[in-house]
Amino acid sequence: MKNNCLFLLAVFLLMQCSSKEATVYTPVPYTLEVPTQFTNKLIAPIIPANNPLTEEGVALGKKLFFDRKLSGNNTQSCATCHSPQKSFTNNLQFNEGIQGILGTRNSMPLFNLAWNFDERFAWDGKEVGLEKQALEPVRNPIEMHANWETVAEKLQASPEYPDLFLQAFGSSEIDSVLITRALAQFERILISGNSKFDRYLNGETTLTPQELAGFNVFMDEAKGDCFHCHGSDNNPLWTDNKFHNNGLDSNFSDLGLGAVTGDTNDNGKFKSPSLRNLKFTAPYMHDGRFATLDEVIQHYSEGLQPSATIDPLMKKVSQGGVGLSPQEKANLKAFLLSLSDSNFVNNPAFRE
Amino acid sequence: MRVLLFLLTGLLTWSACSSPEEAQSANVAIRFSHNWENTPVSAADFNILKFTNDNGEMLSIERLRYLISNVILTNLDNETYELSPYQLVNLGDEEVSIESTQVPAGDYKLSFVFGFTDTENIDGGYPDLNTASFNVPAMLGGGYHFMQFDGKYTAQNLPPAGFNYHVISAVNTADPNNLIFQDTSFKVDLGVVSISATTEIEIKMNIAEWFKNPNTWDLNVLNTVLMPNFDAQILMHQNGKSVFSLGTVQE
Repeated sequence: MKNNCLFLLAVFLLMQCSSKEATVYTPVPYTLEVPTQFTNKLIAPIIPANNPLTEEGVALGKKLFFDRKLSGNNTQSCATCHSPQKSFTNNLQFNEGIQGILGTRNSMPLFNLAWNFDERFAWDGKEVGLEKQALEPVRNPIEMHANWETVAEKLQASPEYPDLFLQAFGSSEIDSVLITRALAQFERILISGNSKFDRYLNGETTLTPQELAGFNVFMDEAKGDCFHCHGSDNNPLWTDNKFHNNGLDSNFSDLGLGAVTGDTNDNGKFKSPSLRNLKFTAPYMHDGRFATLDEVIQHYSEGLQPSATIDPLMKKVSQGGVGLSPQEKANLKAFLLSLSDSNFVNNPAFRE
Repeated sequence: MRVLLFLLTGLLTWSACSSPEEAQSANVAIRFSHNWENTPVSAADFNILKFTNDNGEMLSIERLRYLISNVILTNLDNETYELSPYQLVNLGDEEVSIESTQVPAGDYKLSFVFGFTDTENIDGGYPDLNTASFNVPAMLGGGYHFMQFDGKYTAQNLPPAGFNYHVISAVNTADPNNLIFQDTSFKVDLGVVSISATTEIEIKMNIAEWFKNPNTWDLNVLNTVLMPNFDAQILMHQNGKSVFSLGTVQE
């Protein structure tokens, strides 16, 4: 009799345990708020079938993004280098990892990542897919320098995370796969599409004469010719998400894409970043060498360095560039700043 | 017996209606190949100063994308079957093809338009082309590139310099207050092809033709900033007409 009772009790307890995961949670689909000009001008964003956006997944991803437990000594989170107030980068040329070692690349701003259709992330394109990209900084010895198993154990031991994972993914067994899926969900909702120029295109505001003149410099093949790599009024991403050698150096201390592909023809190529939110994202270039936008414009106007892999779209290289006048430079700068989206950097939904 | 006759009649009628249609359905695939005077060119040939144009300049290819539209099969009764309204072909992407299962077997004339006609060259109107950053600035009439061909050239032992052989619908900007537009898209007739159950058609581009026929192209003079160059666009338009030809047709 006693044995029978124990058996029934065990069966009852087992049912309690298993039924929780099997029946309690169905994540709520997350509705992405896509700006009108994105819907009208671009193809649909990439949302992987194995990681659909859900309210619970996005909320969990946000919590993880700001959680220092993801670093080896609990001192750094993703947001340490990717601050919402700075369009998800920061204003340092390079960042120190948890052990005080300085990196060699400027942290990239994060927004509109679901529209990166080649899905090659980072300055050199070494990470394919947002979920896979999220694996890298955590285990990078000069960044967050953690062990993914240890990170998962820390989260598993916390009082709140197991339930949050259960709600988001139907499993309270935390591992790097689910953590990076949640992080990627949060990153995919970081959409910036409400700059002054966006509102101008939507007929909601006007540009100053200087901003309009700067836009013409941007679009003029004989002047800035920026549009071939950096989008246009018809490509509101303001990047082609491709890799170019934009004439920074004649000799490369950092091979960029070339180190990833092993193809010497890719040496010195880096991803063309979006020109949105430049107001918040200084310093500029993959190595943060330019402290100001004026320096950036000066580079394209007069500072191009020849090399075997310089992009043919870089014009008049032998003369250093196209030689914009001071007025044209000022106009171009005014236009570029009109692509900055204060609503994005101040969005409380993206803050800790 | 009457029922049996009815069923037999019905069966014959059904088979008479359906079987020819089934027999005629064909799978058509169009594939694009590229060559320099019959030497195949692929992305593996990029970035090497290995081609010599008719004017004697050595050149490399670093980017070659072009747009065709109205890819049409026309049968002897002048019935048309549109295989694709438009297609962006990227030499760096070997997978590009056009496929259709809607064409009945038979003989057809194959044609397409290089670029977009003015009517179809709608500024910002094609999200996939916007996403590919293939647009033309509004100051040049808007719409889309017909071709973006970038590379480097060298002549007389000078260091290599870039060229941007960008084809668009021409616009004369001599008088900014009176822009004159000329539709420089053109129709390419590739001749007659026989479509059977499964047919793969090759469309060939001889890249060298862009530099030679009828106009010998001098890259020392015409290299960059060609989009607003009306005269250069007319020369490109003329040279482009001999670029494409029908390759193999495999049944």
